[in-house]
Amino acid sequence: MKKIGVFVCWCGTNIAATVDVKAVVDAIKREPNVVFCEDYQYMCSEIGQNKIINAIKDCKLDGVVMCTCSPRMHEATFRKAAEKAGLNPYLVEVANIREQCSWIHKDIKEATEKAIVLARTAIAKVLLNAPLYAGETPVIKRALVIGGGIAGIQSALDIADAGFEVDIVEKKPSIGGKMSQLDKTFPTLDCSACILTPKMVDVSASDKINIFAYSEVEEVKGFVGNFHAKIRKKARYVDTTKCTGCKACMEKCPSRKTPNEFNQGLNNRTAIYIPFAQAVPNVATIDPEACLKLKTDKCGLCSKICSAGAIDYEQKDEIVEREYGAIVVATGYNVINLDHFNELGYSDCKDVITSLEFERLTNAAGPTAGHLVCPSDGREPKTIVFVQCVGSRGLRPCDKPYCSKICCMYTAKHAMLLREKHPETDVYVFYIDVRTPGKNYDEFYRRAVEQYGVHYIKGQVGKVVEKDGHLEVQASDLLTNEQLHINADLVVLAAAIQPDDTARKIGTMLTASMDTNDFFTEAHAKLRPVESPTAGIFLSGVCQGPKDIPETVAQAGAAAVKVIGLLSKDKLKGNPCVAIPNENMCNGCSLCATVCPYGAITYVDKEFRVMGKTVVRRVSQVNEAICQGCGACTVACMSGAMDLKGFDNKSIMAEVEAICK
Amino acid sequence: MQVENKEWKPKIVAFCCNWCSYAGADLAGSSRLSYPAEVKIIRIPCSCRLNPTFILKAFQRGADGVILCGCHPGDCHYTSGNYFARRRMTTLFSMLNYLGIEKGRTRVEWVSAAEGARFSQVMNDFVKSITELGENRKLEDLRCKE
Amino acid sequence: MDMELRRRVEEISGVSVLKCMRCGKCSATCPNYDEMEYRPHEFVYLVEKGEVEKLAESKSIFTCLSCMACVERCPRQVEPAKIIEAVKLIKIRKQGENHLKPEQVAENLDPELPAQAITSAFRKYSK
Repeated sequence: MKKIGVFVCWCGTNIAATVDVKAVVDAIKREPNVVFCEDYQYMCSEIGQNKIINAIKDCKLDGVVMCTCSPRMHEATFRKAAEKAGLNPYLVEVANIREQCSWIHKDIKEATEKAIVLARTAIAKVLLNAPLYAGETPVIKRALVIGGGIAGIQSALDIADAGFEVDIVEKKPSIGGKMSQLDKTFPTLDCSACILTPKMVDVSASDKINIFAYSEVEEVKGFVGNFHAKIRKKARYVDTTKCTGCKACMEKCPSRKTPNEFNQGLNNRTAIYIPFAQAVPNVATIDPEACLKLKTDKCGLCSKICSAGAIDYEQKDEIVEREYGAIVVATGYNVINLDHFNELGYSDCKDVITSLEFERLTNAAGPTAGHLVCPSDGREPKTIVFVQCVGSRGLRPCDKPYCSKICCMYTAKHAMLLREKHPETDVYVFYIDVRTPGKNYDEFYRRAVEQYGVHYIKGQVGKVVEKDGHLEVQASDLLTNEQLHINADLVVLAAAIQPDDTARKIGTMLTASMDTNDFFTEAHAKLRPVESPTAGIFLSGVCQGPKDIPETVAQAGAAAVKVIGLLSKDKLKGNPCVAIPNENMCNGCSLCATVCPYGAITYVDKEFRVMGKTVVRRVSQVNEAICQGCGACTVACMSGAMDLKGFDNKSIMAEVEAICK
Repeated sequence: MQVENKEWKPKIVAFCCNWCSYAGADLAGSSRLSYPAEVKIIRIPCSCRLNPTFILKAFQRGADGVILCGCHPGDCHYTSGNYFARRRMTTLFSMLNYLGIEKGRTRVEWVSAAEGARFSQVMNDFVKSITELGENRKLEDLRCKE
Repeated sequence: MDMELRRRVEEISGVSVLKCMRCGKCSATCPNYDEMEYRPHEFVYLVEKGEVEKLAESKSIFTCLSCMACVERCPRQVEPAKIIEAVKLIKIRKQGENHLKPEQVAENLDPELPAQAITSAFRKYSK
């Protein structure tokens, strides 16, 4: 017979004023299995805890029931005390007779009766409790950062700063991301490259950070503390250890017709290229789609010109296998495809451009060396129209339902810079709402209006058509209630941003949940904004939701802190209240794996001895390091094979019975 | 002993998820917002832990009403648990309806950790409606009664 | 405010005026803007406020070309042309309120008129 000890707390007068503590003790003493029952003023005090410890030792208790305040308050305290006395902490149950009894009832008789029922319920549960032990798994002290934009760079730098190894995987030939394409950054108007490139140099100089540029994550297996990743290093056809970045090959390369991705296709690049001057790593890459040697085996000029002998046309993709303790997702964003916005003429008129293209056109390192011209004929634009919310906040299939957040500010920046450099231009901004929350943000927008004379018009552009070399912009002005017809030279569309197309693939690979817009979801919208619900996966930057550079850097740092917190542990102590399948009952249907929000359940083929024969059956397995103990699988299981430790079917049934007695 | 001539009081089992509703119940307590003593709470990690058989068991053992409280949709600590709970309960409700158990005897409510007042209001309301419905005799396992 | 009329407009048109985010793209895109007393965005807003009577009295419900440009371009799926159509239906469903009888349509027909306009006219003036 199990021996149970029950302790009833007075909590000063908090409990004792409405619950007749002595009556509870008298009633519980008569319960079967209860060998010890005592009341005391403050069970959570040191004296109270010593009472528990002594009773466990003296009476050799198999279980303890605490009739006290909420388990959310002192469950941990009492469990620790039990552990000190050598009793498994999970053999302690709390009957909540303060928050859920004495404090809400006024009638002493009623409250006392309820307290007795609650105590009995806890006794019923503790009788069925089994000792639980938290599993431990070692932590691999290296982090993987997917994406080499400002988010990935910042996370990697912060993690490396704490002394841990970090690998950055970037699919493009150089790290730097979208920020490297920008000209100036709001609201202070520093030059983007001037604040980003030092960080890129820090990354390449750090002995803790390993850059896998022009690489992609192919597969991720494992769980928090023990991820196993396969990284595909795409063939550059250039030996990165030999290339010095001298660019002699780029001068000689005869294939010069490939749109330059870094300049948003506003000019062309060679087949062998370094995307931009400050690229990290500063090595050339051969585009196999454009290279004459690789396509037709005629040419080979670059290999002749390269004094370092770095060109290797035979290079193949390489798979690198690495292990990690934590993964930071920093996959970033892209602007949406504007092909469906015919009315704004993006696909038909060369002078209708996106803001990111505008950014390249005004950038000193851009295709026009910072000289703003119309892409169609190279003339200087006199009238420029900015259109906000293109594809944002819409419900059509081509639209995104969310606000892209950054457009109001960068459009104000563009308009302001334009008026500053070219005071003779007319600049119109069509807006629905101007959303500029943030430190010094609204002041910035007001400066564009008041100081720089940008015409902000409340309304939208309905139609843009090319007429006699000009763009005819038809728009509404909702405040004067008129339809405007503006003859513009350049129309700049603030296109919505969307998560990078690789995000969905990576999300599936990591079993990290995503929303309908392909943004990664956070573990808690308010309280755990940089963690994915999947343990060991952290979120950094726009992959989690639209945000500007300061917010991205803040989030990247926060994600890094979470990673450091994880990697600084040698072993991870799990929550022992996890799901446990009964292999003999499991029919291998996979229902539990489908409902598991964490991907903690896998299936294995196992041999069983049935009536003297060996049978191989597919049975479910729970990874205790990943399982968070929600219990969704226990109910989904049709054969009743799945149970949850600490909240098992039997003990909940026993609780129900005790209440209904 | 004093069972005879005692006014009938309903037996109500409330399943509360650990993260939102149980904390909401605690808040109702610390705000001293009373609700009838007939409500007894069972703590479960998440509303999706509630196996419908627990509810059937409760009715078998003479419960007059069962209520499940979880986090608001979208706020689940385990991201999607309450959606599972919602679906399962909808299915269970139609089965209970088939068995002839009045619709009002089972209920699902979303109560967040900050909604102590709502918790007490929900419980008052539920107890009131169960009291009106009277004693539950369907599904009762007579062997359990002495 | 006449919320009953608003409900009827929403019922006939099948669109919700509350989805409107007041961007004005409908009016920006309207080819008959200058001819309209109430512009597409005003239709949406006035229906939202329940001032349907005002709109029903206006000639705008007949000047709308039903070209559906605003329906096509509305980012919020409010579809102003459908709302205008609904207001019009509320008006002409009252006996004798239609400003043109179906038999008059043929008399007023211009031989140069494109076929779409005739279809559109029938959509407007029949019922």
